[in-house]
Amino acid sequence: MSGGVDSAVAAARAVEAGHDVVGVHLALSRMPGTLRTGSRGCCTIEDSMDAQRAANVLGIPYYVWDFSERFKADVVDDFISEYAAGRTPNPCMRCNERIKFAALLEKALALGFDAVATGHYAKIVEDAAGHRELHRASAEAKDQSYVLGVLTAEQLAHAYFPLGDTPSKALVREEAARRGLSVAQKPDSYDICFISDGDTKGWLAEKVGTAPGAIVDREGNRLGGHDGAHSYTVGQRKGLAIGTPAPDGRPRFVLEVRPKDNTVVVGPREALAIAEIAGSRFSWAGEPPADPSRRFECEVQIRAHADPVPAAAVLQAGESGADELVVTPDAPLDGVAPGQTAVIYVGTRVLGQFTIDRTVSAVPVSV
Amino acid sequence: MGVYLDHAATTPMRAEAIAAYTDALAAGANPASIHSAGQRAKQLLEESRERIAATLGVDGIEVVLTGSGTEAINLAIKGLYWARRAADPVRTRILLPGGEHHATLDSVEWLAAHDGAIVEELPLDRAGRLDLDALAAALSDSSDVALVTMLVANNEVGTIEPVVEASRLAARAGVPLHLDAVAAYGQLPIEFGAWRRESGSGRGSGLVALSVSAHKIGGPSGVGALVLDRSATIEALLHGGGQQRRIRSGTQDVAGAAAFAEAAALAAVELPAHAARLAVLRDRLIAGVRASVPDAVLSGPEPGPERLPGNANFAFPGCEGDSLLFLLDAAGVAVSTGSACTAGVPEASHVLLAMGRTEPEARSALRMTLGHGTTEADVDAFLAALPDAVSRASRAGMASRQTSFDR
Repeated sequence: MSGGVDSAVAAARAVEAGHDVVGVHLALSRMPGTLRTGSRGCCTIEDSMDAQRAANVLGIPYYVWDFSERFKADVVDDFISEYAAGRTPNPCMRCNERIKFAALLEKALALGFDAVATGHYAKIVEDAAGHRELHRASAEAKDQSYVLGVLTAEQLAHAYFPLGDTPSKALVREEAARRGLSVAQKPDSYDICFISDGDTKGWLAEKVGTAPGAIVDREGNRLGGHDGAHSYTVGQRKGLAIGTPAPDGRPRFVLEVRPKDNTVVVGPREALAIAEIAGSRFSWAGEPPADPSRRFECEVQIRAHADPVPAAAVLQAGESGADELVVTPDAPLDGVAPGQTAVIYVGTRVLGQFTIDRTVSAVPVSV
Repeated sequence: MGVYLDHAATTPMRAEAIAAYTDALAAGANPASIHSAGQRAKQLLEESRERIAATLGVDGIEVVLTGSGTEAINLAIKGLYWARRAADPVRTRILLPGGEHHATLDSVEWLAAHDGAIVEELPLDRAGRLDLDALAAALSDSSDVALVTMLVANNEVGTIEPVVEASRLAARAGVPLHLDAVAAYGQLPIEFGAWRRESGSGRGSGLVALSVSAHKIGGPSGVGALVLDRSATIEALLHGGGQQRRIRSGTQDVAGAAAFAEAAALAAVELPAHAARLAVLRDRLIAGVRASVPDAVLSGPEPGPERLPGNANFAFPGCEGDSLLFLLDAAGVAVSTGSACTAGVPEASHVLLAMGRTEPEARSALRMTLGHGTTEADVDAFLAALPDAVSRASRAGMASRQTSFDR
């Protein structure tokens, strides 16, 4: 229970369904802020108190469990090192993978619980054979199946998402109000929870440090300078501060961030188009396809709030010899960066995910 | 009703104290008012103050009532610090043992961050006892020392500290000393007057201040007291109507004082029998834990006169304290992890860390504290629930550190 409305209502529904429910708030920071500020929606003492109030109203026991050490190692430090390596990670995903459905789940199972229920908007559906599948939520605008795409069959077996069938968040808020939960109108959170002021670039600059480097075009010509490659993201247009305009006068975009030589590569918008993405760190959300080495039709989604696009996927041996998932979108994709997670859907079902290791441009350099 | 073994957090109010509380609440008048109703309130307040003072071996005028033990500790530490430094600006060092209560730690840290204090933590031995040689050494040049502050007995591990010896060292060095007796009060005789004499304290040096709290002895929460020697110079925290020697302004809580006095008087009369009874239960609990969980490690002194009679604190290797707490709670037994809680967020016990334990050891701690109403059956119920809780918690192990879901 984060202290937000979703987990409070999820807990209420789990109680109503007849389960033996205990509210757990994860202490993820050793130095929690006191009050909620800005867009941060968890991890302050106020949020912990909100969660406890909700648990009290529901008549369930409530405990705070400290996972701050794991959270720092697996989510915060990982976020920093991924950025330092020029990749764009998703810390919420990492938290689901390593904390909520790993450290917390493991502890809960050992203490005698059967499952971890959360306020995520996603559905678990059992197929005819009793295998569990992860699906998009009924509330399309709130669907969080993307950030749960990392869960494996073993983790899904102990996951419970009571909000999956609810058509909208407004209904969840109404229900919270009806149940007398004081968090009914609490604002949504949308920033990274461990960056308290929402200034991700400033926070990263502090952690990773700044070092001047070059901004170059795809041919390697120096166009300008920057204070640290990690503060740029692929697809970014603003804040490039390049003195000389492009020969054709058109705006330039970040195409690539190269932490090794602290270089940012820029180019025209069409050069952002990516024809193929691939990665060797993948997992299946439940039963894998019968033969993933045969190309199959799917949809791919590359960010939590991006639209899914039609694509074909195949599992094949990569250059290093390890299996990698290769996905070819029907139309080129814009703004894809290594380190992002690609989640593969078939209809509403999450089939699996992989971390993007490499991309293939749709537009060769010589154009 | 479940089994309550967390009397150190708070202990239920005594029926006599509740009666005194409600009677006085009904009377209601401001003791500073000049009319007869005010004078009657004043009379009850001062009688109560004298009864509290009597349990501490001091005069009524030496007792300053506060809103909590925390307030008393803040007043003593900050008030003494400000007054000592005002008299001589070089006096900025504050000496204290490691493992003090957060009311003390956070007060001295605040003074260090905002007001130029230099905080010097003195080492504890493995049982949590202050190293007196280290205190003597720290006081060898005392010209820049503002004050010494320390516990009478540790709230987490029950260690009884050498307060008379420490007071003597402070008195010789010409430095004031404050004692935090919140955890000890009601379980040990708190003889401020006798300790002051024995240690040669006086004229603002040695033992000059001591904090207690009502809710630890069967009084109401929201009432504490600072014993303050007449010779001590102190700056006030709260300013206003000038009540209580101008040290603690604010309309005085007559009902709180009356209930506190009732609980204090009862505790003082019952203390020898109460402490002896608790010690027997404590020893039963400690022996029972050792029999059923052989690798459990007792923190603090062995059972005996060096340990609070109502305190037991064990480390359960391989378990996390919060898992054990949860499992015992589910089995109807209320205990604590013995760690300081900030809004329910558990931390490894700083007391155990100060005693030289590792962080995993400190995180595996469980504190059981006994009090009025605790029975042999309560101890046995705890002992019956413990083995299953330990075996489950050790399976949960240190899931917050590593899990088999890793890939």
